[in-house]
Amino acid sequence: MDILITLIPFLPLLGAAVNGLVGARLPERVVGWLGSGAVLVSFLLSLYLFAHLHGGAEPVRTTLYPFIAVDSFHVDFAFLVDPLSVWMMLIVTGVGLLIHVYSIGYMHGDAGFWRFFAYLNLFIFSMLLLVMGDNLVMLFFGWEGVGLCSYLLIGFWYDNRAYGKAARKAFVMNRIGDLGLLLGLFLIFAVFDSFAYADIFARLPVLRLDPAVLTAVGLLLFVGAVGKSAQIPLFTWLPDAMAGPTPVSALIHAATMVTAGIYLVARCHPLFSLAPTALEVVAFIGLLTSLVAGLIALRQNDIKKVLAYSTVSQLGLMFLALGMGAYAAAMFHVTTHAFFKALLFLGAGSVIHALGGEQDIRHMGGLRRALPVTYWTFLLATLAISGVPLLSGFFSKDEILANTFAGVGVGWWVLAALGGGLTALYMSRLLFVTFFGTFRGTEEQRADLHESPHVMTVPLIILAVLSVAGGLLNLPHLLHVPGAEWLAHFLSPSVGESRPAHLLSAQTEWLLMGAASLLALSAIAWAYWAYGVRQRVPQDEAQLSAVERVFASKFYFDEFYDWAIVRPVERLSQLLHYYADVWAIDGFVNGIGSAVQRIGTEFRRLQNGNIEYYLLGMVVGAVLLFLSLWL
Amino acid sequence: MALLASRALPARWVAVGATVANLLLTVLMLVGFEADGRYNYEFNLPWIPQAGVAFRLGLDGVSLLMVLLTNLLAPLIVLASGTRAYGLEGRYYGLALLMLAALNGVFMALDGLLFYVFYEMALIPVYFICAIWGGEHRIRITLKFFIYTFVGSLFMLVALLAVYYQSPSDGVASHSFAWEALVAAELDASTAWWVMLGFFLAFAVKMPLFPFHTWQPDTYVSAPTGGTMLLSGIMLKMGVYGAIRWMIPLAPEAWHSWAPVFLGLAVFGIVYASLIALKQSDLKRLIAYSSIAHVGLIAAGVLVWNKTGLQGSLIQMLAHGVNVVGLFFVVDALERRLGSRALFDMGGVARSAPRLAALYFIVTLGAIAVPLTNGFAGEFLLLNGVWRYHYALGAAAGLTIILGAAYMLRAYGLAMFGLAGPHAEPVADADPRELVVLGCAAVLVLVLGFFPNWVLTLTDGSVNRILGAVQL
Repeated sequence: MDILITLIPFLPLLGAAVNGLVGARLPERVVGWLGSGAVLVSFLLSLYLFAHLHGGAEPVRTTLYPFIAVDSFHVDFAFLVDPLSVWMMLIVTGVGLLIHVYSIGYMHGDAGFWRFFAYLNLFIFSMLLLVMGDNLVMLFFGWEGVGLCSYLLIGFWYDNRAYGKAARKAFVMNRIGDLGLLLGLFLIFAVFDSFAYADIFARLPVLRLDPAVLTAVGLLLFVGAVGKSAQIPLFTWLPDAMAGPTPVSALIHAATMVTAGIYLVARCHPLFSLAPTALEVVAFIGLLTSLVAGLIALRQNDIKKVLAYSTVSQLGLMFLALGMGAYAAAMFHVTTHAFFKALLFLGAGSVIHALGGEQDIRHMGGLRRALPVTYWTFLLATLAISGVPLLSGFFSKDEILANTFAGVGVGWWVLAALGGGLTALYMSRLLFVTFFGTFRGTEEQRADLHESPHVMTVPLIILAVLSVAGGLLNLPHLLHVPGAEWLAHFLSPSVGESRPAHLLSAQTEWLLMGAASLLALSAIAWAYWAYGVRQRVPQDEAQLSAVERVFASKFYFDEFYDWAIVRPVERLSQLLHYYADVWAIDGFVNGIGSAVQRIGTEFRRLQNGNIEYYLLGMVVGAVLLFLSLWL
Repeated sequence: MALLASRALPARWVAVGATVANLLLTVLMLVGFEADGRYNYEFNLPWIPQAGVAFRLGLDGVSLLMVLLTNLLAPLIVLASGTRAYGLEGRYYGLALLMLAALNGVFMALDGLLFYVFYEMALIPVYFICAIWGGEHRIRITLKFFIYTFVGSLFMLVALLAVYYQSPSDGVASHSFAWEALVAAELDASTAWWVMLGFFLAFAVKMPLFPFHTWQPDTYVSAPTGGTMLLSGIMLKMGVYGAIRWMIPLAPEAWHSWAPVFLGLAVFGIVYASLIALKQSDLKRLIAYSSIAHVGLIAAGVLVWNKTGLQGSLIQMLAHGVNVVGLFFVVDALERRLGSRALFDMGGVARSAPRLAALYFIVTLGAIAVPLTNGFAGEFLLLNGVWRYHYALGAAAGLTIILGAAYMLRAYGLAMFGLAGPHAEPVADADPRELVVLGCAAVLVLVLGFFPNWVLTLTDGSVNRILGAVQL
């Protein structure tokens, strides 16, 4: 068992090492299947562990070696496989596998094909460390590791300097969050004297802790989550991260890495549950981000940017669920979101592939006939994310909304439901503008329109099936079917039983469900009428109203950061260099040097070789000495 | 230790052989080492017995780690020096070996005066290396460096003598410079205050710490690559090592009054140097400033005088040595290809020289302390050590993880990414020498990154012993 667990992360690392070292000399086919094969084996092993745990086995812990040991400051390189981690492992390796296979087609012919697979495998390794670690430091390894892979993959096409800058922005903004997480780790160690989850949660009830300390711990961890999961105020890196190849956006910036923040809070839920203030902040930031990102997404015209803001918005909903203490509901949405958002990105990739790199939806249109598989799968994913009844997103979003209603009442519910309505609106706008109407691209593009190869469409179809049927994982209890709330039960050993929605009456739940569905359906209907029937095309920036321009310009977050932080820091850097360092400090040092030299010169003038001067000096000196003694 | 100045043609290969032999010897000692805090190897000859001075060398875990650092980097530095001709090869490599001998001596000396002698002896060869083979304004810059560090060391000598006269003397034997005797010296508060200040001035200049650092960027930039590597990879560690072995153990009485001041300077220096590094356009100068920031954190880990901080500073010295030698060699490689060190003259290197770019990237990862690279364990322990002293100081020092990533990745992006820079023709990829030096650095980055604990085990006993010998 130990060896199996160890193999799960290390096989992808091995794949990365092989492809990274000799991949340049191997044929594409070998590189691609080597990378995918490593992930496939990891996936199968994860399935085996899943079956093992589902059969009622206890969580498994594997210690490889002590990583850092300074007295009690002890960190083991160790893995923990419990329901929560095995579930994340399945998502990471399962969706990861599909995206690896898809990439074989998508990256075909790219000069950096081997590099791409090496990075992708390295990412899987890091992400597995993150979710499989048995302590917070292991989580931190993965946490920074996925950030690094994200950097490498956003800047994958490094010939373009702008992409390199986007990569750096992502890494640095993530590091801001990481500092919060790191300080949170230190505080946890100061309080619990251990980094291991088992120790921390065992000591939690025994130590009578000041709630303020727990709030501080919760908030510091949440700062890390905000960075990694692109929440306000650290979300602006994610849209720029779309510079990376599209499979990267699907894997890292939608399905897995950005959900690390959710995982962190869910994993540390015993801490958060005792820190209500921290949970309130989590819920508030989540809801706010969800709305702001939804509004921005309404007025984006880059197919990937729309999806990026959609991801930010959905992550916000997950944090809202966490803030309500509905950890299983958040994990459920992580799961369904991984299915349909990965599918949407891969679909977008297929469109971009067909149009030779075009990403602006204003230059698309009418693609449903030329790209039937892409169209149908994209359609299903759009319906799923919009919350159309019986599709996966409907159930997972309903869980969150019901918990919000039960947790904080109708006001928050209305806002959260509006967030859901926005999702339906911007997603169906994207769908209809892209696939309906007439083709608005160039003649060459029209002549070259083609559906993607099977290696790309088969992953789309599998993900489409999952997007449709994913709701079966966790059907609401009020349906009274066997297997209802299966996922919540499976995860409960890891994330507890807290589900405020159980307090609601059945009528209330049906009512909430109906209202949210109605909202989603009417949003889709309106978008169909506007963009499908009347075939409106999004306008250029100049024609937008003032409010729309604010949305299109992302609420000017980037401009504000540039003005308030980036430029002042750069200015400070130059001021410090020229004035403080060169002029003041070094000037002072040189001043002392030249002063000493000047004094030396003065003294040298005394030594002029004239014996009379020396005699005079001697006499004066002797007299002074004599006087001083006498007095 | 090896001391040769062969005038024959293959001086370089003599130097390589000597340093590799030395490394093997160190590894041999490492294998037979028992990390229980005692001196495993001790060598004691009376030198000036009347004054209690002995030629006494010894190796405990801390010393062995420093010796390992020196002798691990030495072959790489000597190899890296081979990228240019020095006219009189024997003279250059002889000076380099002389310096390495002195550095080994510094890290092994258990007699205060001997420590001082080695400490000064290390300065002279590198002075000549920089003054003879340096770049623009080398005489002025090197003279400033020499005077600055020399004056600093004089303060240390005075402080050392002050402790010496307080060391126990039983009437028959005179005072002694032995480490144990100096540690046992009871100082009154004001003497201790002056003694610690004296040591601090010497070490702060050497490392260097803010605001005693202004000699450093100029010197690093003007020195030949080998000299810069010797200075930044090994020599600055004399200051940190000195603080661990001598400064605080000799005058612990003054720690309470000085620690807040010194720590303030160290942590301020981290942020200050990082900020300046953000906008540097000369890659070598950028790395010089980043070194000030890194050393500030290492020094802070010593000054907080707790075990995580100390262990962090020790492992980080090894990591920093490897990384900074690797980075300066990259600068050398780029300068030889492009004829410039300015970031804005670079670009497009990743496309035409992928191996060089990949190795540079791995070393960069170590420098920004990504987990599972060599920089991580040290930075993690150091920040925790500082955080234990005061959480706000830890948070301020923690800014280095943000700023460090910002300036290192900015430099990497400008140098490596994009289409070819102003130099339109593609540059050559790494040659065998570069592959060996940078490859070794990269392997060390990863090995020490995955397995940091053997270093901590090596020094654990000695750190306990030093901490135990010192009553704050």
